[in-house]
Amino acid sequence: MAIFSAVVLSMPIWMSPFGAAYPDILQKFVIFGVFAIGYNILFGLTGYLSFGHAAFLGVGSYTAVWSFKLLSMNIIPAILLSVLMSGIFAVAMGYIALRRSGIYFSILTLAFAQMCYNLAYSVLTPITNGETGLQLAKSDPRIIDRMFSEAGEGLPSTTLFGIETSGYSGFYISAVIMILAFYISLKIFNSSFGLKLKAIKSNQNRMRYLGFNTKPYLLTAFVISGMYAGLAGGLLAATDPLAGAERMQWTASGEVILMTILGGVGTLFGPLLGVIIIKYFENIFSAVNQVDLHSFYALLPDWLEDTMVAISSMFVGEGWHLTLGLLFMFVVAFLPRGVLQGVEIGYQKISGYFGKRAEKSTKEVDTGANHGE
Amino acid sequence: MLFNLMDAILLQLLNGLDKGGAYALIALGLTLAFGTLGIVNFAHGALFMLGAFCAVTFNKLLTVSKSVKDESITFFDAYKEVPYLEIWWGDTGAAIIDYAVPLSILFAVPVMLLVGWVLERGFIQYFYKRDHASQILFTFGMAIVIQEIVRHIFGANPIPTPAPEVVSGSANIGQYFGLGDNVVYPWWRLIYLGFSLCVISAVFAFLKFTTFGMVVRAGIQNREMVGMLGINIERRFTIVFSLSAVVAGVAGVMYAPIVPPDFHLGMDFLVLTFVVVVVGGMGSLPGAVAAGFLLGVLQSFASMNEVKAIIPGIDQIIIYLVAVVVLLVRPRGLMGVKGVFEN
Repeated sequence: MAIFSAVVLSMPIWMSPFGAAYPDILQKFVIFGVFAIGYNILFGLTGYLSFGHAAFLGVGSYTAVWSFKLLSMNIIPAILLSVLMSGIFAVAMGYIALRRSGIYFSILTLAFAQMCYNLAYSVLTPITNGETGLQLAKSDPRIIDRMFSEAGEGLPSTTLFGIETSGYSGFYISAVIMILAFYISLKIFNSSFGLKLKAIKSNQNRMRYLGFNTKPYLLTAFVISGMYAGLAGGLLAATDPLAGAERMQWTASGEVILMTILGGVGTLFGPLLGVIIIKYFENIFSAVNQVDLHSFYALLPDWLEDTMVAISSMFVGEGWHLTLGLLFMFVVAFLPRGVLQGVEIGYQKISGYFGKRAEKSTKEVDTGANHGE
Repeated sequence: MLFNLMDAILLQLLNGLDKGGAYALIALGLTLAFGTLGIVNFAHGALFMLGAFCAVTFNKLLTVSKSVKDESITFFDAYKEVPYLEIWWGDTGAAIIDYAVPLSILFAVPVMLLVGWVLERGFIQYFYKRDHASQILFTFGMAIVIQEIVRHIFGANPIPTPAPEVVSGSANIGQYFGLGDNVVYPWWRLIYLGFSLCVISAVFAFLKFTTFGMVVRAGIQNREMVGMLGINIERRFTIVFSLSAVVAGVAGVMYAPIVPPDFHLGMDFLVLTFVVVVVGGMGSLPGAVAAGFLLGVLQSFASMNEVKAIIPGIDQIIIYLVAVVVLLVRPRGLMGVKGVFEN
């Protein structure tokens, strides 16, 4: 756990060789990390494939921004409220959707999320500000802030008791929250509750025969992962106080599914790895352009350079989705437990190889010694 | 007032049937693949989109042009693009270009057959024994890849593809029903409705009246039994998958003049058609068609101002609302087949 925290907090240092050491992307890593950890509690443990988690992300964001507008620019109430609100939404959605399982559950959650998204765009415009997205304004009341100080000039920014929550400090705050979230998920994975969820995944009927009512467990897992999504939404709003409906679209749910699967579903670190891979692709890989490619292949002869650039330009820049899709197909087809499984297999292969060599060399020494005698 | 309401209802009914035609066609292909192969194909929307781009490609192929000196302008040398077809065959060539979209069906059918065959033999056949979650995820990845390839070739902007000149106007339907001149509806959408009905009945007739269709229907009911009778059901299912790709493809071709296709077209339809399939009942072909038309009509009636005044926002959520209610009240969907996808 200590090592994990150290690794996360030192991200700005070891990410710099990859060109990803600026606060914006680091914040995305950890915030979507929270999202994926939460999603993994539902999908990884119970096997229920939800297509509706983007709704919670959106609800979290909207709640946080409203809290900034009405109560205070401090992020503590905003985040608490967004977790609470998304929890309430998750109870309502989960109560209905969990009456079915399998693909029907997926479609039900999808239907709920799309309803939220469509309503946020149309009728709920007074609350969500429709297409423009919900933004802060100077004239917002901010009741709690007003009790302590007068309204300042210009737009106030989000703070944690005076610490600005954008840039690197925003990253550290989110990172600490993510480490806490990870710790909680670790506890859930190892608890008897987590074991029961795993049992539901492997055989729900047998669980029922053993006298467990599976529904409350599923609902709890659903609500917990919904609250994680709300927390992520709140953090997104805290680092950048703006909430738009596109966060609720089903493709956003698709994204978190991609992350979880890509990294390794049901594993602890897998989802985080998936987040880093996808967000890295989205922000860094997509910025690679023809010039970069030409300099990359500069050593090759000209005609080869041009063909290589032509081929690779399909996969970078605008086409990063293509790489992502291919990678994803590969992972689903060959590594059902994600990239982490690939790493595991690779590690076993390598250690197996070295292990054999070590054995062999000791044997050789032995026989040599015998021969000498 | 009464007549206005009648007009509005008739218009919305047409709108709904038209939309429903597209839903039903896509849902039909989806159900075909699902009922026979047991594959939940998230790439089906992408196949629909590919169909639309078949129309675009064919249109582009026909209008490959050469710049020719414009004789009508005498002040300076002006050049204009004239398609080769027009140069070779004059007015006949121009007529062929005008009918590019309907003609591209001939082009789309073999292309989509090939695409379906390649996808099934190349990828999907390895996923029959995997669980539905991995099928969904794999085909989802496949959809992304297809989409991105299309974007790489055609760019991200929607490409307008005109319908033939003759039917680009609107039909004055009101006159036929004696309702005055208020009910005017685009010809092409009417054609789309008729076309979708034709394709749907063709598919049903194929399954109902041919030996091949009989074997496939038997295979849906009991795959092992058909295999034991010495029939190579796998190969027939490959053909069925290609057929479902073709249905999606021609639906896309004809849809191109209605909405200018862009690479994202498939994803927009995918979610809706999945809801349609589930409402109709997984694995039930008539269910998919019925649910397609039903949801299409419901959606367009919900978007009437009179309805919106009573329940604001209903037009946005009606489909999903219906889906939720149906799934909770009738677990197998409207016409679900017993034994398929029970849980």
